[in-house]
Amino acid sequence: MNLATAAQSSIGRKLISGLTGLLLVGFVIGHLTGNFLLLAGPEAFNNYAYFLEHLFHGAGLIIAEIGLIVLFLSHAWSGFQVWNNKWNARKKNYEVPGDAGGKSKKSVSSTTMLWSGVLLLAFVVWHVAQFKFGIIDTGNRAVMVDGVEMRNLYGIVVDTFAQPLWTGIYVIIMVMLGFHLWHGAWSAFQSMGLANDLYLPTITKVAHFLSIVLAVGFVALPTSIFVFSNHFKAESDKYMQQYGTNETSGDMIYRTVSGLMSAEKGA
Amino acid sequence: MSSTSNAMKFTLRIWRQKGPKDSGKLVDYKVDDIIPEMSFLEMLDVLNEKLAAEGKDPVAFDSDCREGICGTCGLVINGIAHGPLAGTTTCGLRMRHFRSGDVITIEPFRADSFPIIKDLVVDRTAFDRIVQAGGYVSFNTGSAPDANSVLVSKDASHDSMDAATCIGCGACVAACPNASAHLFTGAKVYQFAKIPQGQPERDQRVLNMITTHDKEGFGDCSNHGECEAVCPKQINIKTIAQMRRDYLVASLRT
Ligand code: HEM
Ligand code: FES
Repeated sequence: MNLATAAQSSIGRKLISGLTGLLLVGFVIGHLTGNFLLLAGPEAFNNYAYFLEHLFHGAGLIIAEIGLIVLFLSHAWSGFQVWNNKWNARKKNYEVPGDAGGKSKKSVSSTTMLWSGVLLLAFVVWHVAQFKFGIIDTGNRAVMVDGVEMRNLYGIVVDTFAQPLWTGIYVIIMVMLGFHLWHGAWSAFQSMGLANDLYLPTITKVAHFLSIVLAVGFVALPTSIFVFSNHFKAESDKYMQQYGTNETSGDMIYRTVSGLMSAEKGA
Repeated sequence: MSSTSNAMKFTLRIWRQKGPKDSGKLVDYKVDDIIPEMSFLEMLDVLNEKLAAEGKDPVAFDSDCREGICGTCGLVINGIAHGPLAGTTTCGLRMRHFRSGDVITIEPFRADSFPIIKDLVVDRTAFDRIVQAGGYVSFNTGSAPDANSVLVSKDASHDSMDAATCIGCGACVAACPNASAHLFTGAKVYQFAKIPQGQPERDQRVLNMITTHDKEGFGDCSNHGECEAVCPKQINIKTIAQMRRDYLVASLRT
């Protein structure tokens, strides 16, 4: 069978939804693990960010970013189609809808996947704008560490989460992530055909545990920065006194981008 | 029938719809003198006798065997396909599972692929077309094959038989928030995937059945699992996982 046709079938959509969903879970686990370097101080965290940004001369990050965009879009598109098809399949709903209970796995999480997903997508766009492109200026300057110029991303993150507004928003969205994965993380295995009656109970337990761990982890970082903001700010200040330059982090990003573009033109 | 001490009474809110084009509505009826041992359908028979005696149009509903083996009956009772008792068809449900005085809402199986013919009767021939697309095995007729020429392990035959208990009632579609028929189709794919007789047509079967499933307008499966909870034969959603696995392999291989 033509693979493009297969991908457009009711099963193909779920295979894509499950695979992309699971790869996104993998990304989120990696992202959270890396973010815990915030607790190790500015030097560790900024060096880690610099390492990611310059992996394979910057190509690593671009490849990862393109991959993530493809993952997010194909995941959102397949999820949207599943959601959309149900309205055509039952145009007149029950006068008295009910829940079967018993063996059913239907939950508030499973019936709101599209809405938690749309929130996550909107959040991701904002999150990238806020921390990668720095559209809110936190007044942080670039640093020069051992002759290498880099952003004080640590300072940007700390200054952001010192504000109750941003900590609040991130906490809500991260609870949403756990909520999306409460159904999503086991469902993905079922969608890819990687489940049977023997494994499914274990898969479900591990998936529920994982969704809680991820939500708790992602909530813990901004809240601890908020609660101990004096400590985190002092760390950042100490670091700036040692390595700070006068260039804004924003300038650096634009220079990196224009540098890449002129390199491309030259090639 | 005289009033007995344990007779029950109910207010029934029943979906009445004159024909496929009619918009339909819920209509209230009262029944009393219902014996707890009566099945749900016998309770409706009592109502219909009363309506007929009054010269009114009886409520149309489907049934045949009335012993849970044919898959003809099927009502959505208070929002649950086949009613509140798990693993039971509507004909097997007894009135003792309700309390006298209850208000019971009765609706047809709702899905655009199951158009309403009248009242509570729906057209489920879409299932027949899914089965025609691949729910069979082909073999040569003629002289009888040698006994034991095709060996099937006990485990495989039980596993296959569990899926084959599907009576095609359509409750999975009725219960699914997406009106998907993946549990029905999964059961039909699974019963042949597990035994040697099903192997020659295995790839083509799953591809054709899914193509027909989608063409018939059933929805996609979001793994809510409502289907398994209402299935009178308790078909496991592992059949859906197997179907997806087979579909992936088949579309890569053919
Ligand atoms: C980009 C925004 C997102 C949207 C619009 C979205 C939407 C959806 C929808 C509608 C479903 C349900 C599909 C169905 O009912 O069959 C779903 C499932 C899922 N989502 Fe998301 N989601 C998004 C982001 C994420 C993220 C960030 C992750 C992981 C961290 C994720 C992981 C999953 C998983 C594992 C599933 C289960 C897949 C399956 O059962 O086949 N999603 N998503
Ligand atoms: S009438 Fe045959 S299963 Fe109910």
